[in-house]
Amino acid sequence: MAERSFKKEVEKLRLGEGEEFRGEGILAVTKALLQAGVSYVGGYQGSPISHLMDVLADAEDIMNELNIHFETSASEATAAAMLAASVNYPLRGAVTWKSTVGTNVASDALANVASGGVTGGALVIVGEDYGEGSSIMQERSHAFATKSQMWLLDPRPNLTSIVNAVETGFELSEASNTPVMLELRIRACHVYGRFTAKDNKIPDFKLQDAMENPNRDTSRIVLPPANYLHEHEKLKERWPAAINFISERKLNEHLGAESGEIGIIVQGGLYNSLIRALELLGLSDEFGEADLPIYVMNVTYPVIDEEILEFMNGKKAVLLVEEGHPNYIEQELGLILRKAGCETVLNGKDMISDIGEYTSDVIKKGVEKFARANGYFGNSTFETARFTPVEVPARPAGFCTGCPERPMFTAIQLVQEEIGDLHVSADIGCHLFSILPPFNIGNTTMGYGLGWAGASAFNKDARKRTLSIMGDGGFWHNGLTSGVGNAVFNQTDNVLMIVDNNYSAATGGQDLLSSKAEHEKRSTQHAIADAVRGVGVTWVKEVRTYDLVDMHRTLLDAMTTSFKGPKVIVAQGECMLNRQRREKPQFNKNVRAGKRMVRDRFYVDSETCTGDHQCIRMSGCPSLTLKENPNPLKSDPVAYVDNSCVGCGHCGEVAHAAVLCPSFSKVSLIYNPSVWDKFKAGFRRGIISWLQKGAERKRLRRLQKAGLV
Amino acid sequence: MSRNRISIAIAALGGQGGGVLSNWIVELAEANGFMAQYTAIAGVAQRTGATIYAIELYPEEQVQGKEPVLALMPVSGDVDILIASELMEAGRAVNRGIVTPDKTTLITSDHRVFAIGEKEQPGDGRFDADTVREAISEAAKELIIFDMDALVQQSSSVISSVLFGALAGSGALPFSRELFEETIKASGRAVESNLAGFALGFEWAQAGNVDPIENQEPSPEISSSELMSSIEKLPKGAQPIAIYGLHRLVDYQDADYATLYLDRLSQFTGAPDAVVKEVARHLALWMSYEDVIRVADLKTRADRGEKIEVEVKATDGQIWYGHDYFHPRFEEFTDILPAGIGAAMNQSQIWRRIFSPLFSKGRIIRPKTILGYLMLRMVANLRFLRQGSYKFKCEDKRIRSWLELVSKHKGDAALEIAKCPRLIKGYGGTHARSLNRFSRIMAFVEKSQDDGDLAVKIAELRDAALADDKGNALSASFNNLNATGLGTDDGKNSEFEWAGSS
Repeated sequence: MAERSFKKEVEKLRLGEGEEFRGEGILAVTKALLQAGVSYVGGYQGSPISHLMDVLADAEDIMNELNIHFETSASEATAAAMLAASVNYPLRGAVTWKSTVGTNVASDALANVASGGVTGGALVIVGEDYGEGSSIMQERSHAFATKSQMWLLDPRPNLTSIVNAVETGFELSEASNTPVMLELRIRACHVYGRFTAKDNKIPDFKLQDAMENPNRDTSRIVLPPANYLHEHEKLKERWPAAINFISERKLNEHLGAESGEIGIIVQGGLYNSLIRALELLGLSDEFGEADLPIYVMNVTYPVIDEEILEFMNGKKAVLLVEEGHPNYIEQELGLILRKAGCETVLNGKDMISDIGEYTSDVIKKGVEKFARANGYFGNSTFETARFTPVEVPARPAGFCTGCPERPMFTAIQLVQEEIGDLHVSADIGCHLFSILPPFNIGNTTMGYGLGWAGASAFNKDARKRTLSIMGDGGFWHNGLTSGVGNAVFNQTDNVLMIVDNNYSAATGGQDLLSSKAEHEKRSTQHAIADAVRGVGVTWVKEVRTYDLVDMHRTLLDAMTTSFKGPKVIVAQGECMLNRQRREKPQFNKNVRAGKRMVRDRFYVDSETCTGDHQCIRMSGCPSLTLKENPNPLKSDPVAYVDNSCVGCGHCGEVAHAAVLCPSFSKVSLIYNPSVWDKFKAGFRRGIISWLQKGAERKRLRRLQKAGLV
Repeated sequence: MSRNRISIAIAALGGQGGGVLSNWIVELAEANGFMAQYTAIAGVAQRTGATIYAIELYPEEQVQGKEPVLALMPVSGDVDILIASELMEAGRAVNRGIVTPDKTTLITSDHRVFAIGEKEQPGDGRFDADTVREAISEAAKELIIFDMDALVQQSSSVISSVLFGALAGSGALPFSRELFEETIKASGRAVESNLAGFALGFEWAQAGNVDPIENQEPSPEISSSELMSSIEKLPKGAQPIAIYGLHRLVDYQDADYATLYLDRLSQFTGAPDAVVKEVARHLALWMSYEDVIRVADLKTRADRGEKIEVEVKATDGQIWYGHDYFHPRFEEFTDILPAGIGAAMNQSQIWRRIFSPLFSKGRIIRPKTILGYLMLRMVANLRFLRQGSYKFKCEDKRIRSWLELVSKHKGDAALEIAKCPRLIKGYGGTHARSLNRFSRIMAFVEKSQDDGDLAVKIAELRDAALADDKGNALSASFNNLNATGLGTDDGKNSEFEWAGSS
């Protein structure tokens, strides 16, 4: 059910020794896992690592051949706990999620696995969604690595480096009995490139071996007294082991010039942006042959003191290019220099902006400032032509054409018209776009599945109830317990609306417990309403979102009923984006095959539209847009439905429910009409056009009489 | 240092196929001796946002064992080709600094996809396209701009194929047209329509920039010399509008009613041109206010079917049915009753309750079925009731009071008052709300002395009334003007007390 089919990509997973792999970064990681001989992979979907999960889900055959267990975990915590398999056994395992949000969820299990340590290589692949276009808070995964002592890899963003990082990551993990985090920035996940493949590896030690011959070691369990010993192990054994491995294997790289008065230290993931910045400043060629020495930290934690001091040695100043806040690495380097009594000037956030994503433009400005301060460039400048910005409209994310979630928010608007504004506690998922225009609904969002928990303080008798929203993804992730169970236990009187899209819509159509479709390898069709009733909610209503009248009535009832206790509305409607991907090609195929098909789409009468755009404010559909008013007397543009309309019917429902205007019309186009269709249409056309001619004659006569024609 | 790469950036909106276009360019380049790398942030674009795709091409013969380091984002001053799928996105790219006059060939469609912030305004929130056109032509080394959406419609293809054609036609990449076309063919998907779109894009890009043809409708004519002489007494600038107005009112009611329009207009012959023009415009529109009779008439006309067929792209002779959404309220019913009865019933809770089951639900009528057509036509034929109806009486009183207010004022103030009926929009609750705002401004005008700044105040109030849906901006403006009693009451259904209120 995923929004993309990966059949083509799956074939790339079979490439053998010496063959060239071409594809996206995250797919290269997937291939690297198979080359490294993993036994199990788990994770929770979310940009930018969804494709890793989707490809593996589509690669059942290969996974069976290689004896790998892959599962879509219930949450990031579930995935992280999966790494427990590597504690007692020499099994390589990898888990993945979107960071930092997923790492937040996983941190309990991560802290435990990092404390006891691992025998088999354990790799945590975090897809960073930081900077422009990010949908989450601006934070760093670095803090998690340091607090639990997991090594953090941040490889250069080319496929070869990324693939090597996966393989050495497992080795590092095994050499130091420590889980390793591999941090991939969003653009690196989506970068298209190539690398030379190796054969896939079937591990010698199998999951079955562990299950049949279990092995127990209490010193690996976080329980006194072992947990106190873990701290000792971490610092006295695992740390030095990691330092040795990283230095011996030269995981950090010395690139650019051999030596120089000044140099640059950079996080591996920012290397490409740095080189482009240097090139534009005339300090490098296109291949990274830079005029300055560069120390590339492909491992950003732990920092290897000796390597740093060696690089600093004899340099006047060094610039650290470290993205994000706090500047953990800069703080650490400062300490290293201070303790060693090294005189080299360390520059960092004082030269480069301390806020936001480090694009080449940002780095270029910083490097220029740094180089200039050290006597470079003379009078030359590197400003590109800048123009006064023109005014262009912002394009906030919004609901797709025909999205079934839109009617939910229209219903909230209608209810607010009647009983006043509501406190709405939002969740994570597509429905969060309600916060933005045109709906402007939602007060806070506290995390995935935490929609109802976010309103739990408002548990008092009041003249208005609060409304919380949760997606099906968030519901199964933890909302059932953190929200619904909590509300039942604490006897709230408030209302929760759960969006049931038939599968997880926002992350790309992955299946869930409540997916409507049958699934060969997973158990689906467990109704959300049943689960809600199961934990003790008695007031549960299921509504089809597109039925705006029912949606509105149910919501108003929930907000105003005399019933005391938690109230849950399950609003159902399949994600239109995925539905169209499935149905549109089928529809076209049927039309071509000569089957009778009907396609609905909407139409607005320009003559009766008064250009008030209330329909747009209440629907927000991308296909409902504006066009020039055809009436020369009017200046304001009229509403207009463009050809992307999928005929969901919401705008018509809005016109009905909000008593908007008589301008909306659903047009049903018939393809390959039957004989009966043709007969009916011909008969109706005959009579109606005869009547129309009569009416038209009368109108003309009127105009003639007035002397206008 | 020498630079051998070609940097391409694509600025696109969700659903416009920026990813498909990127893939085509990569496949084209890889098949013809280039190494390619690209990146984008998928996902967000899909959900209506704007996204940038970055592609870099590098000739394989230059690689020789060393891998070029490719940037993951377009960098300012370093983009050779920028492809924008929509006009404002081209403007945004200029703002980001990734279009520079020494380097960048900018290929953009001239059409608009309106953003939600533009669409949701109660008036006209569209951004100015001309300033963007000017800015991008200044910023780009070379500019290729034409309405690609029109070509998409013409070829039943998608905008990515037209853009791909325009890229080929621009000559900015070292590949022949045939090689581009091979790429589309090799993809194996919708090859025919994609090639059609490609061909149009290619030809338009080669032909150079063509100004879109202004499709100005000729103003209608008048055969009667008597009417013409009345029209000619009006200022020249107002005449075409008055002619439109005449046509509309005869179409709406009859010749006598249109004469009333001209009579009302003739009071203003001495006024400045601009005032007459605005009065002519809004008087015609107001006198032809939308009621169920008018709506039913428009929905049953033969030319409506033709308009729909064009817009929904029905194929020749394709059978289709319209399902028209109506939700008449009790008010729409009393509106067309004779004035006395209508007024009495409108104010009576008993009648309202008796009739409420009839008006509680929306209805769908199919004007292309015989029954549907006859139902609507029957309502349309009630035109004879109109001039005696309750609604007519109310609107007529408002119109007369508004005209009086215009004629009482001079110069700019008169002009601003004349423009105010633009506020009255919509049906049902929307209409009531907009009427409330209009009447508050009229009440303000009635109370105010023109100390020279009245015009500015009215214009401000009018803009505020259109600024948001909730009426907050208008209330704030009234409060700023210390207009007692006007700032707080945005009663949803009440017309504010003024000379024209019913």
